Amino acid sequence: MKAPRFSYARPDTIAEAIALLTRFGEDARVLAGGQSLVPMLNLRIAAPSILVDINQISALNGLTVEAEKVHVGALTRHAHIESSTDVSKYLPLLALAMPHIAHPAIRTRGTFGGSCALADPAAEIPACSVALDATFVLAGPNGERRVPAQDFFQGALTTALKSDELLTGVEFPKSKPGYAAAFGELTRRKGDYAIVGVAAHGFISQARLSDLRIVIFGASDRPVRARHLESELEGKEASSECIRRAATALDADVEPRDDLHATGETRRYLTRTLASRVLSDLMKVGVS
Amino acid sequence: MIEPKEVFDISLTVNGERLTRRVQVRTNLADFLRHDLELTGTHVGCEHGVCGACTVTLNGKIVRSCLMFAVQADNCEVQTIEGLSRSGVIKDLQDAFVQHNGVQCGFCTPGMLAAAHALLQQGPLPSRERIRDFLSGNYCRCTGYQAIVDSVQAAANQRARSSMP
Repeated sequence: MKAPRFSYARPDTIAEAIALLTRFGEDARVLAGGQSLVPMLNLRIAAPSILVDINQISALNGLTVEAEKVHVGALTRHAHIESSTDVSKYLPLLALAMPHIAHPAIRTRGTFGGSCALADPAAEIPACSVALDATFVLAGPNGERRVPAQDFFQGALTTALKSDELLTGVEFPKSKPGYAAAFGELTRRKGDYAIVGVAAHGFISQARLSDLRIVIFGASDRPVRARHLESELEGKEASSECIRRAATALDADVEPRDDLHATGETRRYLTRTLASRVLSDLMKVGVS
Repeated sequence: MIEPKEVFDISLTVNGERLTRRVQVRTNLADFLRHDLELTGTHVGCEHGVCGACTVTLNGKIVRSCLMFAVQADNCEVQTIEGLSRSGVIKDLQDAFVQHNGVQCGFCTPGMLAAAHALLQQGPLPSRERIRDFLSGNYCRCTGYQAIVDSVQAAANQRARSSMP
């Protein structure tokens, strides 16, 4: 189908975009890369009366590397992040995740902020943001506020963003020496949303894991820290046998429900299997 | 304050030709190319970004033309299969598709060619796995992927041979 009728505005600045969002409130939607919103319009799942196209706002675009952190502008395209040497150097988890997002033509347009603001429970970037303890920068009529990733994602397609706020970027602490990252997801077809996925980041010294952050996505209404599994492995010399045994702790971390794609029980099994694989990868990366 | 509008005047370059048109903002780029410019080589399959039949290049990068509005191509440069064909840059790919039966019913072919062209621009001699990975966003409902991968690989091999001294 085709998108329903709407009116369109193309602001050049963040202030103009916020003015539009403030004026039109719930009737307006932000159009970034459009790789999820436009299908939703075409399928008539969404029918906002105003689209605020932020693609011309150059202040939202690009990566900035600072002393301690990397700022990813909300409009930065997936393709840009995928090919960025700064990302592979400072945010290796993100670099591993990018090729899993849809397909090359989608990654040309799709944006970092768009994926976060949509908050699909099976999406890669939200999971990496939680795993890397990122901070979301939200601009509204009364200025800026910062929200930790953990609090930004509040449920399926639900975030801390208010209707008059714009996500302007996400700040990541740079990965420190000794830390390793691993990422994996299970999909029926290449490029699909994950049935289940795992993002892991942690410090490895003398084959022992510490400061682990493991995030499960696709198995709940939002990306979830696997805190039981993390504490099970903290300080351990993680052999594959140890990881496999520890993965049963995941049953206390996620309670997958049945849906069209898999039963909760299948997802629970797949989560354990995938987490074991991803953590074994993490150990290999850390040792090499 | 900017006033939101339902109709917009846009200027863009399509296949090297500079154009100015008035568009409804809800018109997607694929429909604009097909209906307003009569460039019907851009095919419309699923209209929600899954099938890849509508793949065109925007400022040199492949995109889904069903997932953006024509108004968003304002001041951009678009290449459709007509432009790619006429310029001759994918002649070898097209010949390989014919030779290796990669065309089949032809519906997915314009999108396949645009994507394959983008892949070969990234570097020579992609592996079969890499070709499959890159083309994973383009569906062939004849399900003749083997022939399509053969075609792309043949064109890549031919390019590698002809670039040797």
